Amino acid sequence: MADATEIIEADEKIEGDEKKGARRSFGAMLRATEIDTHFVGMVAALLVIWVGFHIMSGGTFLTARNLWNLSVQTSAVAIMATGMVLIIVSRNIDLSVGSMLATVGMAMALLQAEILPKWLGYDHWATWIIALILGMLLGAAIGGLQGFVVAYVGVPSFIVTLGGLLVWRGVAWWEASGRTIAPMDATFQLLGGLPRGRIGGVPSWIVGIVASVAFVAMLIVGRRRRLKYGFRLRPRWAEIVLGVFGCGAVLGAVAVINRYYMPENLARQFAEDHGIAWPEGGLHISLGIASPVLIAIGVGLALTFIATRVRFGRYVYAIGGNPEAAELAGINTRWTIVKSFALMGVLVALAAAVQVARLNAAVSGLGDGTELYVIAAAVIGGTSLLGGSGTISGAVLGALVMQSLQSGMVLMGVDAPIQQIVVGVVLVVAVAIDSIYRRRSTT
Amino acid sequence: MLNRKFVALVAVLVMLIAACGSSEDTTTTAGEAATTVAAETTTTAAAETTTTAAPAEALVVGVSWNNYNEERWAAWDEPAIKDALDKANATYISTDAGSSAEQQLSDVENLITQGANVLIILAQDGTAIKPAVASAIAQGIPVIAYDRLIEDPGAFYITFDNVEVGRMQARAVYAVQPEGNYVFIKGNQADANADFLRGGQEEVLLAETGCEELVAPCPIVNVGESYTDNWDPAVAQTNMEQFLTLNDNNVDAVVASNDGTAGGVVAALAAQGMAGLVPVSGQDGDFAALNRVALGTQTVSVWKDARDLGTAAGEVAVALAAGTAMADVDGMVEFTTPEGNVMNSILLTPIPITQDNLSVVVDAGWITVDTLCQDVPAGTVDVCG
Repeated sequence: MADATEIIEADEKIEGDEKKGARRSFGAMLRATEIDTHFVGMVAALLVIWVGFHIMSGGTFLTARNLWNLSVQTSAVAIMATGMVLIIVSRNIDLSVGSMLATVGMAMALLQAEILPKWLGYDHWATWIIALILGMLLGAAIGGLQGFVVAYVGVPSFIVTLGGLLVWRGVAWWEASGRTIAPMDATFQLLGGLPRGRIGGVPSWIVGIVASVAFVAMLIVGRRRRLKYGFRLRPRWAEIVLGVFGCGAVLGAVAVINRYYMPENLARQFAEDHGIAWPEGGLHISLGIASPVLIAIGVGLALTFIATRVRFGRYVYAIGGNPEAAELAGINTRWTIVKSFALMGVLVALAAAVQVARLNAAVSGLGDGTELYVIAAAVIGGTSLLGGSGTISGAVLGALVMQSLQSGMVLMGVDAPIQQIVVGVVLVVAVAIDSIYRRRSTT
Repeated sequence: MLNRKFVALVAVLVMLIAACGSSEDTTTTAGEAATTVAAETTTTAAAETTTTAAPAEALVVGVSWNNYNEERWAAWDEPAIKDALDKANATYISTDAGSSAEQQLSDVENLITQGANVLIILAQDGTAIKPAVASAIAQGIPVIAYDRLIEDPGAFYITFDNVEVGRMQARAVYAVQPEGNYVFIKGNQADANADFLRGGQEEVLLAETGCEELVAPCPIVNVGESYTDNWDPAVAQTNMEQFLTLNDNNVDAVVASNDGTAGGVVAALAAQGMAGLVPVSGQDGDFAALNRVALGTQTVSVWKDARDLGTAAGEVAVALAAGTAMADVDGMVEFTTPEGNVMNSILLTPIPITQDNLSVVVDAGWITVDTLCQDVPAGTVDVCG
């Protein structure tokens, strides 16, 4: 495993050296920090979108409450987009995620609302765990099945998953004959965030601090590793800038999230339950990070690790870069493809759990058209449809861009048809800018 | 490099749009009730013909289903049609197009060949079916457009009155909250019914308040209005969250167009501790929604009893086959279609179900008391004891 990683890092080093001759501009400094310029561009675009919406919506967009909403609304698509990156990187596509979401979500809902209560009774402590685990297994099985047909039978993934888009939508309907399944198990509902599924103010700070420490530790360990293998190091100032910006972003996000307080009605209820007198200025209880956001962050970190440090992830990139070379190098390309689709299925199951818990109901129409947003998030995030390149963090940011556009337009009173036009145009323009930029930077 | 990337992307989008589009067609062109939208998504069942032999002399009524796999038709509509036909000693024959508009064209010809004297058609696609309908009418076989509109002035149209559904939703919400900030969660923009419903809602609220539009001086103010992609409850939930954010929770009533979107609205309200305090409308009599009505988190679910539709269709079929002119059918009203055709129609009146008349759905056998009353505290609702 170490060998594969080293070779790739060495490649990056050569590429970096070629560009070294450039004059010491902002671009050169940016390169010294080794941050993907695409990523910086996206962050800038996101800020422009946010500030633009804030002004146009009369100051409601950049409020703690709206950003909190935004973080929760983005989670499900972000979770799936991370998996979609690996699928697209390996030169495949998965059009079935929206339908799979409905099939798996409906299965989990039926389990906890109708099947498990027969043995365990309603709201048993184990219900949510069983439902979630079986849902993830089902997701893995569905994904794995599609991956098997792609890899071993040789049907193009476009066709397999286009079939899946129809099949799983039908299955979702068939599971409950089109009924709406509600309500969900009380513990399971926590996965959806509102109103009780969040970790509170102080734990949010702890999460933020742990994340910051981990980030700094990562920088230090990375520097030592490079030293050990004799790779080029980042300038010391670049490391510090990275550390400050990274920790600042994490802690700033926590600070903003914690500014969103429990809605008054719920706070009054809370005060009543705990025998607290209602204070003059109202009770400010920080809700903290919502559970779907924690899941999305966890998935994002795990997938980044898989994509950059684990053999399976590196194989996926190798296959995307050059399938023949990957196969000749001894990689079991077919099995790797199956695994990538199975992983996609597990992530779809997680997203389904979030969606179903959030809605507190499962309907067969759940996730209709979501595949488009998931693919768009990955592509806006810089994943090339030609395979071989793409980052997890970019996809998460892409999901955030898409959801910001939608939520912002609702705040401004823009209706659905116009929203679709805007999102569609932004998708194409974003990829166009990226393509033009890449073409320039390579010639 | 650039071009290949673009071609690939465009191909993906075109395919996706085509896939979404085809599943929406049923709702768009057929103008059918919102009831089955969630169930509209494609099923892969092969087209199959279910036929019972018919004696040549007796009155034969041919029914062409677009997709018999949807639970509703077998459970509610078909038995009601059969009952009505049995009373008149008419024979029932049927076909199932398995969600294929092409298949349905040949199904209709097939029914005529088998000797149907009158046709009841639940159209997969109200436009695509027109040649077959025109041909049947030319052969002197009356055609009943069942539940979904077929734009042919020669056909007889039987459905629930969707504008009236909208009126009932607004009336029920207005009765609870006659003033304040209203949010309107509409249906799928591609579905003509979404606008019929919204039209009925607006009509009632304007009439009740005497305003010309729902803006500031009017006691009722429209503070947010949005279509819901594919009637998706998750989309409705997100939109509702945004409206609550925008208005800093100063929302006094929500007129949602069906039970699915109402579910999303109630979830968003619950997150702010407002569920049950703000009236919410819906329609379809979804079990989950009726449960919410019993719990008090949803105000009304306008219920369309599919059996009434089946009975009416069976009776009209018998009357038409016996030679009654379309204009002379009992309960006939003229219905002007979106394309401007004036059709002979029967528009059935739905029933608004609120906490006060939940017994209606239980007595009708639509829902069991157990399902209706899940988690409902004892003593709050009569039906639940």
